[in-house]
Order: sequence, then C-alpha cells, then structure tokens
Amino acid sequence: MISAPDVVAFTKEEEYEEEPYNEPALPEEYSVPLFPFASQGANPWSKLSGAKFSRDFILISEFSEQVGPQPLLTIPNDTKVFGTFDLNYFSLRIMSVDYQASFVGHPPGSAYPKLNFVEDSKVVLGDSKEGAFAYVHHLTLYDLEARGFVRPFCMAYISADQHKIMQQFQELSAEFSRASECLKTGNRKAFAGELEKKLKDLDYTRTVLHTETEIQKKANDKGFYSSQAIEKANELASVEKSIIEHQDLLKQIRSYPHRKLKGRDLCPGEMEHIQDQASQASTTSNPDESADTDLYTCRPAYTPKLIKAKSTKCFDKKLKTLEELCDTEYFTQTLAQLSHIEHMFRGDLCYLLTSQIDRALLKQQHITNFLFEDFVEVDDRMVGKQESIPSKPSQDRPPSSSLEECPIPKVLISVGSYKSSVESVLIKMEQELGDEEYKEVEVTELSSVDPQENLDYLDMDMKGSISSGESIEVLGTEKSTSVLSKSDSQASLTVPLSPQVVRSKAVSHRTISEDSIEVLSTCPSEALIPDDFKASYPSAINEEESYPDGNEGAIHFQASISPPELGESEEGSVENTPSQIDSSCCIGKESDGQLVLPSTPAHTHSDEDGVVSSPPQRHRQKDQGFRVDFSMENANPSSRDNSCEGFPAYELDPSHLLASRDISKTSLDNYSDTTSYVSSVASTSSDRIPSAYPAGLSSDRHKKRAGQNALKFIRQYPFAHPAIYSLLSGRTLVVLGEDETIVRKLVTALAIFVPSYGCYAKPVKHWASSPLHIMDFQKWKLIGLQRVASPAGAGTLHALSRYSRYTSILDLDNKTLRCPLYRGTLVPRLADHRTQIKRGSTYYLHVQSMLTQLCSKAFLYTFCHHLHLPTHDKETEELVASRQASFLKLTLGLVNEDVRVVQYLAELLKLHYMQESPGTSHPMLRFDYVPSFLYKI
Amino acid sequence: MHGNVELYGKLCFKTYCRSMSVSVKERIISACTLSHIRLKKSPLQTIGEEQTQNPYTELLVLKAHHDIVRFLVQLDDYRFASAGDDGIVVVWNAQTGEKLLELNGHTQKITAIITFSSLGSCEEKNQLILTASADRTVIVWDGDTARQVQRISCFQSTVKCLTVLQRLDVWLSGGNDLCVWNRKLDLLCKTSHLSDTGISALVEIPKKCVVAAVGKELIIFRLVAPTGGSLEWDILEVKRLLDHQDNILSLINVNDLSFVTGSHIGELIIWDALDWTMQAYERNFWDPSPQLDTQQEIKLCQKSNDISIHHFTCDEENVFAAVGRGLYVYNLQMKRVIACQKTAHDSNVLHIAKLPNRQLISCSEDGSVRIWELREKQQLAAEPVPTGFFNMWGFGRVNKQASQPVKKQQENATSCSLELIGDLIGHSSSVEMFLYFEDHGLVTCSADHLIILWKNGERESGLRSLRLFQKLEENGDLYLAV
Repeated sequence: MISAPDVVAFTKEEEYEEEPYNEPALPEEYSVPLFPFASQGANPWSKLSGAKFSRDFILISEFSEQVGPQPLLTIPNDTKVFGTFDLNYFSLRIMSVDYQASFVGHPPGSAYPKLNFVEDSKVVLGDSKEGAFAYVHHLTLYDLEARGFVRPFCMAYISADQHKIMQQFQELSAEFSRASECLKTGNRKAFAGELEKKLKDLDYTRTVLHTETEIQKKANDKGFYSSQAIEKANELASVEKSIIEHQDLLKQIRSYPHRKLKGRDLCPGEMEHIQDQASQASTTSNPDESADTDLYTCRPAYTPKLIKAKSTKCFDKKLKTLEELCDTEYFTQTLAQLSHIEHMFRGDLCYLLTSQIDRALLKQQHITNFLFEDFVEVDDRMVGKQESIPSKPSQDRPPSSSLEECPIPKVLISVGSYKSSVESVLIKMEQELGDEEYKEVEVTELSSVDPQENLDYLDMDMKGSISSGESIEVLGTEKSTSVLSKSDSQASLTVPLSPQVVRSKAVSHRTISEDSIEVLSTCPSEALIPDDFKASYPSAINEEESYPDGNEGAIHFQASISPPELGESEEGSVENTPSQIDSSCCIGKESDGQLVLPSTPAHTHSDEDGVVSSPPQRHRQKDQGFRVDFSMENANPSSRDNSCEGFPAYELDPSHLLASRDISKTSLDNYSDTTSYVSSVASTSSDRIPSAYPAGLSSDRHKKRAGQNALKFIRQYPFAHPAIYSLLSGRTLVVLGEDETIVRKLVTALAIFVPSYGCYAKPVKHWASSPLHIMDFQKWKLIGLQRVASPAGAGTLHALSRYSRYTSILDLDNKTLRCPLYRGTLVPRLADHRTQIKRGSTYYLHVQSMLTQLCSKAFLYTFCHHLHLPTHDKETEELVASRQASFLKLTLGLVNEDVRVVQYLAELLKLHYMQESPGTSHPMLRFDYVPSFLYKI
Repeated sequence: MHGNVELYGKLCFKTYCRSMSVSVKERIISACTLSHIRLKKSPLQTIGEEQTQNPYTELLVLKAHHDIVRFLVQLDDYRFASAGDDGIVVVWNAQTGEKLLELNGHTQKITAIITFSSLGSCEEKNQLILTASADRTVIVWDGDTARQVQRISCFQSTVKCLTVLQRLDVWLSGGNDLCVWNRKLDLLCKTSHLSDTGISALVEIPKKCVVAAVGKELIIFRLVAPTGGSLEWDILEVKRLLDHQDNILSLINVNDLSFVTGSHIGELIIWDALDWTMQAYERNFWDPSPQLDTQQEIKLCQKSNDISIHHFTCDEENVFAAVGRGLYVYNLQMKRVIACQKTAHDSNVLHIAKLPNRQLISCSEDGSVRIWELREKQQLAAEPVPTGFFNMWGFGRVNKQASQPVKKQQENATSCSLELIGDLIGHSSSVEMFLYFEDHGLVTCSADHLIILWKNGERESGLRSLRLFQKLEENGDLYLAV
C-alpha cells in the first residue's frame, strides 16, 4: 500500500490471490506479535511509524490577514490520512518559514502602487516533534480586496520520510510549480476581471460625480465653490486617481508574462537596454497588449455600481476563498494536479527512485523498448525523444507573433496564458531526470540553454510590451541573489547531506529558529523556478511546433500531463460550448464570465481582435491525433461494450463464479481474479478517457494481477512453455474457452509475453466471438476466443482448423494445447513452474528483466552489420546464413527454437526502425511450416 | 456448411491420430470415413504442416475491395492492379503491399482488364489500363496517375474480353460483337452481332487474325489494316470451327504455331494457328475410372462439371490444364497426358500458372492455393498412384486392393507426376486468380474481398536488413560507434 510490495514482509495486505501459496498458520505459541502499526497498513521500516499521519499528503494553507495561518484543505481529503496530525500547528510552521508578502504599495519614486510578481519559494522543512517533513511551496495570489492586494498561500507535501522529500525535491518542485502556475494563471485572470469590474465601477462613479459637479456648477454661478462642491471635486479627484491606479494595476497584471520573461536572467546592464526598448515599444502601438486585452473582453455584461468614497479598501469583508480567487476551473485543475502529485509520490522512496531510474534507462533504449514495455512508459520515451531534439525557439517566434497574423475574432488567448499552459505541460520533463546522478546533467543542460533564452526574451521584448522599470529592478535584485543561491542550494539537494550540514546552509539563507522546526534548505524565490522556465520555455515552443504533425505531439501530451488532459477530452467533446473551451490549456477559460467592455482605454486595438486562431486549432488537432491513437487502443481491449454489460454481475456477486464452477476452475478463479478482471476492465475503459495517472495506477495493479495469473498459468499447465514460445515467436495463440471471464483473465496474463509492433497497444484481442479470419492473425498475436456449443460455433472451429498453421490453440475447457514443439532453454528460465517467486508483481518484474535481456540479444542480432550483409562481393548467401546461425548459437547462446524468438524480435525491430510513421500499419504475418503437437495435462 | 464439417472432421482426425494408440486409431478412422462421406469420395492429397519446400513464409493481407476480386494484372516489375465486382481498380505495390492508386469510374462489376503498354515508337510513355465493366463501358486509365483517359460507353452489350494487338497497335473488345479500336480510342471497325452469349475468349493468332470463342464455336477473324488501296480498317470472318461439342471455356496460345481450346465437357483441342486445323484432340479427362467401381462415390462425383476445362497454361513442352478439380499435363510432342492429379483441390481449379522452376501453381474455389512440382518418373511403372490416394487409402490398409487397378490403369498413361510441395491457406473463399512476381512472390485474389501477398520470408528478412543498414547509413548512425 505504502511501500513497494516486495519489501513488505510481515504485513498482510489485501493480496487475496496469494492465498493458495500462504504458509500454513503457525501454532499460537510461536506466532510473533503483530507489528503495532500494522492496522494502519504500515510496515516496520516505515518512517511513518513515528508520525501521526498514516501516509503522505498535501496540505494547502493560507496566511490569512484576518486569522493568521490556517489550513485550507488536504489532498487526499480524508481525515484518516492525517489522523491526529495538527494541521493548524503545521500550517503555522510552514507559513512562517517563508512569508513573502509581496511588496505592494507606493515604492519610493513611484506614483502608483506596484504589483510585485514574486516567484514562488520552495522550502524543505522538518518538524521533529510531529515527525513530519515537508516540501513547502509558497505562492502569492492577488486579491483586490486584500491587504496589499496579496494573499499568501502555500502548498506543502508532507511526508514522514525526510529522504523522500530531499531526494525528490526536483520532482516535487517541478510538479508543484505546475500546480502553482495553474493557480496563479487562474488568479491573474480573476484579478484582471476584478480590476475591470472595479474600473467600470469607478468610471461609473466618476460619471455620476461629474454630472453632480456640473449640476452644482450650474446651480451656483457665483464664481466661488461651496465646500460641498469642493468636497465633490476632491472626491472626483480621488476617483480619478483611483482609476489611474487601477488602470495601472490592470496594465501590470496583463503585462505579467512579458515582464516575467524579460526580467529573468538578464543582468542589470541589459536591463536598461530592455527598458529603453520597452518604452519605445510601448509608445508605438502595442500588438501584444492588444492580444492581451482581448482576453479580458468577451464576458457577460456587467452593471457598474456606484462606489462610495473611501470604500476602496475594506478589511471587514469576508475574504474570497481560494476557489474564488483562482477561478473554479483553474482551481479544479489544480486540485487534479495536486492529487496527481499525491499519486506520483505515493509509496516508498526506493520504489520511486527505482522507477525513475527505470524510466530514465528505458528512454535510452528507444530502439528496443517498444517490444515489451507498456505504452505509458513508451510514451515517456517519446517525450524524452522529443525533448532531446534541439529546438530553435528564437527563430520561431513565440506564440504571439503567430497570433497576430490570424484575424479571427473572439478567440481568447494571451501570450501569457498560452505560454503558461504550455509551461504547465512541460515542466514535468525536468522531473524525469529522476535522481541525483542526473541532476548534474540537468543543470548543465539548463545552463546551456540560457543564451538562447536570452535571445528569446529579447525577442519578445522587441515586439514591445509594457514594462516598468521598477518592477524589473525588483526582479533583478531578486535574481541577483538567486544567482548565488542557486548553485549551493541545488548542491545541497543533490547530495543527501546530513541534517547538520544542511542546517548550517539553511541558516545562511533564512533565519528561522524555532525549537521544533528546522529549515533544512530553502530555495530563494528565483533559485529553481527560473530553471523550470528555462527548461520549459524552449521546449514549449518546440512542442507547439510539433502539434500540427499530429500524433507525436498528442502522445507527448498524454504522457506528460494528466490533469489538463481531462479537460482536454472535455474540450474535444464540447468544443462548441464556450464555457468549456480548452480548460486544459489555461486558455480561454477566463474569457467567459467576463464581459466585453465597450470602451475601455486598453481596448482601443479592437481591430486586432483577431489574435490566436491557430493555437486552439492546434489543440484541436492534437486532440484528434489523440483520439486516433486511442481508437487503436480501443480496438485492442476488444469488447469494452460487452464487458460493460457483463461485468456488473460479477462485481455484485463474486461468489457466484465459485459456485458455478468445478474445482479446477475455482483454483483459477477466486475473488481476486474477479477483481483482476475488474481492474483490467477498469484500465481499459480508463484508456478511453485519456487521463494518464488513473491509467498508470491501474496499470500497476494490472501488472500485479497479470503477473499473478501468468504465474498461476505456469504452475497449472505443464505445457506453458510451448504456449509462451508461441507468443514470443509471433505465432498467434488462441485461447479458446466458454467462459469469458476465465479467457479474458488468462489473455491479460499472457499478454505480458506478447511483443508489441510499435508504441501502441499490444496486439492482443481479449475476447472474440466471431470466426477468426486471416486478417486477425496478421493483426493479433493473442486472441481470446469464445467456444460456442451451438452449430454457429462450427464456423469458428472450422476457421480455426483451417488456419491452424498460423495458430497455437490453447483450449481452456479441455486443457489442451496444440502448438509446435519447443525445446529451447529461454522459456524455462522465463517461466519456471518451480519458481520461488510468489508475488505477481515480482514475477512481472522477473519477466520484464528476462525479456529485456532477450531484447538486447535481438538488438545485437539485428544491428550486427556483418551478420546480414556479405563482407565482400563474392560471399554467398549461404555463408551469410551460416554466419547468422553461428552467431545466434554461439555468441548469443540460443538453442533450437530460441533462435526463432530472436529472429522474430529482430524482424519487429527492423520494421520499427524503418517505419516512417510508427503504428500505421500492421506488419506482415510471418509463419513457419512446422508440425504442431497436441499437449494434454 | 458441409465443407466446414468435413474440414473440421479432418482436423479431428489428424489430432486424434497423433494422440491415440494404434488400436484406437483404427476405430477412429472408420468413424471418420463413415461420417465424412465427401472426404472419402474426394481423395484429396494433403501435405500437412511441414512444408520444407514451400518458400512462402510471410503474408500480407491487402484490403481495399468491397466485393469479389476477380482480376489481377501486372503493370510492371513491382506494380499490379486488381479489379473485381465492386467496380474499382486498385493499383498496388507488390513489394510493400502499399496501395498506390484507386481507380473509380465503373458503376458495375468489372468483366475484363488488360494493360496496354506503350510501344517504343509511341511518344506516350505511360501505361494504359483498359477495363470493361458490366455497365457497358470501357474506361481507359493512365496507370501512373489514376487519370481517366477516356470512357467509351457506346456498347450494346457487356464487353467480356479485351485483347491488345501490339503489332497493329490496336485493341479489340469482345461482347456480342467484336470491335476494333486504335490507341486514340477511335472505333475502327466492328463485326455484326455474333451471338447473345457473346464472345467468351479472344486470342491473337498469326497473319493478323484473331480467334474468338463463341459458345461451342471458334470463329477466326482477319483484320484488314488500311493500305494504299483502302483507308478503312475492316474485320472479316474467315472461318468457323465447329469441332467442340460444348461451350468453349478456355482458349490460349501455345506458341506461334498453335493454340489450344478447352470445353465444358473436357475436350482439349490443339489447333494449328496457321491453317486452323486440329492438331490433337484429347478427351480422356472424362474417364470414369471403371476400375474404381468399388468406390461408388468416386464415380458419382465424376459429373460433367468436374471435367470442364477452366484454364490453361503452357510452356514449351506441355500444356497444363485445369480440369474440374484436377490438373493435367498434356505433352505436346507425345500428344498425351503425361501427368495428372485428378483431385488437386477440393473444388474447381480456377487458375493455374507455370513457374520457371518446373513448378505449377493452382488456385481453386476451395480457397486454397497449391504449389506442385512436375517430377520425372524414374521408372515408368514405379509409383503411378497419386500420393493422395496413397495417403488416404494406404493409411488404414483397408482399401489396398482398390488402389491397385488405378496403378495399372495409369501406368502407361503417365510418365511424370505432379507432387504437392506446398499449399497456401489464407483466403476464406474461392481464390479467383493469382499473379506471380519473380522478385516479390505471389499475389492471390479471392471472393472474400481480400488480396494476399505471399512472400519468401527469408528473402524478405534479408531485404529488410539491407534496408535497415541503408537507413542507418543515411541517418549517419552506422559508423558512429565504430
């Protein structure tokens, strides 16, 4: 539950399927007392044992200006999770670590209040008293009604395992940055909307006041003003001032992205240069701004209210909730992201690290890893691949340039929002460079990107965006500190240092000295985030480029982000309803619910309304690509429809299966198997909803079940070896049976031995009831086939016998197997019926490692030049063939039929390497004219 | 349905035989032979799963048609076109199986297809595809661009055959009458209405003549090209040959000097192409094999439709005939059948072709394609019994004496044998036609709407390796590690 299943020894999990292999119960007197925390599902090694909460969770807190630090919500939102843990106390702690109220007000030399776009800060802290360690991500949201317009929040990942926090810092940071970015984007929209409403109010108030003044003027034409008139005039003046202030604020919030981009990583010298440019640009017409303002225009009519004087700021009001602050859609999206984070980092650290290493290694084997790896991982690989392709962001203009060219009105995007959407997609990439050894690489990579970045930002700047020197200076100074802190803070993270060392470092950054709190490390605002952006920004463009060519982008998208995808699928289905437009992409959402202001000064460039036709289109395209991919996948787990029909019965009454079957079957088919069926169905149906993490989750469980059932198959059937050989050598295995559940279960289990053609679904058809056709054998390598007793079934059997040379037939009802002879040594190692492995997931891993070895053999065989081509002209084909044979036999140590397996895999590798567009066609059906034998138990 | 049962029976039979003891085997055999009568009366030769000489170990299913695919025609070294009852013509790459073009234009099924490759003298390099359809049109396509060059729709009847006379640079269409067209698709001349059944086959013979099979008759026409005297083309009926007693189903040229016709009741006549006289006549196919009278079923199934000659192919020495379900090799010099396989297939053989390496390929309504090898007999009297008989009857030793007369009967008749070296099973319905590519393997088309590309797996694997290393080299990956 919490840690890797194979490490857990003493605890009893909900592993129902393990029962047949459980040791007989010990006599009472020998039994060891149960681990005291076992009831919580913990294990003896769990760090949680000392903690007051049962597992890791995410806490969102706010430093409320009214009540001080207070917890807002936890993810998962389950009181059992944090148990007796004092959330209030911990909120206080984490909020006090870094309270960065962004400085708003009248800075010296400035006439108007300035918004300060502070970067989020990331801190790791430990609380020995609570036994809790936390990654704390501080962020500031804007609220017009709040003091200084800011509301400080923080999101904390709380775990009992200090090392987990420390070693996963990069990943946590990346993931939380995405969540934070989502929140902040939503907040900026909401804030801008708020400001506009306010401006409308003020404008209206001014008009009212103006008329009143005029009336008064007319009323007394004595030439002097009454005190009342003066008061009115003052009031008017203050309203005017307020309008200007708010307009300025609006301008600032809208110019956020440009400023942010510009401000980053430029040394102060450059800064002035930029300012000049910026000021020049801002005097001329500013297309970017217009692009920006369009964002805020399409919204329902808002009736302005009269604002009473001196009511501009009120403190006694009820503060907005987080949801109100960030716009519901962004808020839910953020929650989805956070629960994704919670899923991602669930489990033991070693498990996390192993899987990260695993993924990183898999990425490197892009030639062979499509064969046996799941597609989720393969998708990751594709992400990596795409990422590794160096992009030229500076040549290809940032989105805004293309936006300007497309004169389609009513489309809602800004550079900022668009960019941030892409960002949120891409930040995750950084996380993929899982552990310490990769961090150095990462750092260098990032720094190598820098020059281009700068160019890019300059580019943005040339186009002109509103910028005010002060804010840039502020950022600049922040940054200049970060330049120093970056290196050592990262260093402190990369090496798991002892707490003392860390603490000493921490002290150098922050001075927080409370008894139970120890700040392990802090990351001053700019230290990490800019890296995120560095990493993401060029690739953001890169990705954007890749959308139009369809598939890759789509897959990439699927792999790298999950919550936005949920939104995206919605987007696909309800494209026309404006309220749903592209929630995933942080675009457009803000547009509805906001009204078009007929005459806002900022709106003068209405002729350029057009902006952005293309990005939404791209998204749509991408969405289509997405669907295409999944339609392939849909085809695979066969009859989703009838599984839906057939399934609930099992779910309701798992025992009826037991009752209705004979003993040999029940051994196969107990409750857990039914649930495995559930999970397989669930996973397949979740495939349809393109969300990555639920699929990933179920695929974990799925693996376990599959491994368990495969293990059972191996133990139960003495002829498992030739059956597995059939799968590995590309001969279609037909699993024939009457009962769909049993067949499906076995097919799912055996699917782990089936090599894939490409990076799509495995060529497995879980359940077929119509007679098979030659096309089926070309398409599928493992088929679950319904045995029908009625005459209609004769057609099925006839087809099966007719095409018997292409198939191996495993008859579940009669317990027979008809397939070619196997005398190799490979499968016995892969599927040893006397194996000591007991757990499904362990066996799955065993199979994976064996198959990876096999893949490497196939790789060697495929890519050894001299094996396939004559070394000189006169060499005959026979000589080449004999060289191949001796290589397979002597170098790779393959015996008899094992050669066929490697040859088949080699053909798949060749096809995959040569395919221009992977997965578009099915490869040819290869077969041998070899006699089959009938095996019986 | 009956066939299904039969095949399933065979499967059971085979499987059980492997797994059971000898005594049980006997019982099962009798059970099988009793329950599957047709199995008994069609002693089909089977080869089993081990086919060491069968080179086709890779297949690719091509799907584009929506109805029976009846015709395959080779365009060049790597392309072929397929056509069928859905009225569309598809051009394929025989090497990759890639669909290159789809020619849409006919509203009804296609009845004839032929290619009209340009002569060296002609300025047009592109290859034309001519298709005739039951919608009474003929469309000329550009085989490279899928462009419809021209559409002729002035026919009174469905055109059933097309032939190109390269030497005269004209083409002929045969329906109820015979029309002559030039490359520019001008109607040059036509005959009067010949018959309502129409021309079933048409071949060119020397001296500017063509021979058309119309019902039971063979009609020789002579084309008169424009000369100095007359500018008009003309086509004249020269002779009618009335020697066949039933409808002529097949007609091909053997060589420049002779052509061969086959009729519905199994008459094979070889004609002199110059003076149109009969060179040889063979009617032995309708041989009831009286010696086999113990097997009544065999006699029963020797109905007339079983000896109709569907297709011919020939090489320098022999004419190969698809007679009913059987295959016969007729030697031109000896003027007799030198080898035969009376039940080569479960059902009528539809198309046969001779491969360069003494191999013969046949396809049939039973959905299978079989590869045969013509082997010289070492001793004339050694083993004349077709292996099919041997397999079936020799197995249980029940019918040993029954096979003896066959041996006697055929001793003097055959000097070669057709050995089954492999079969290709893929289609689920009758295989209408196939096309052999020297380099790319075999293409079969079928009534199950599919086309299957059969390839030599080993060779393809080698070719893929070659392409792999080519691509590696292109990508610059090849010498990176070295």
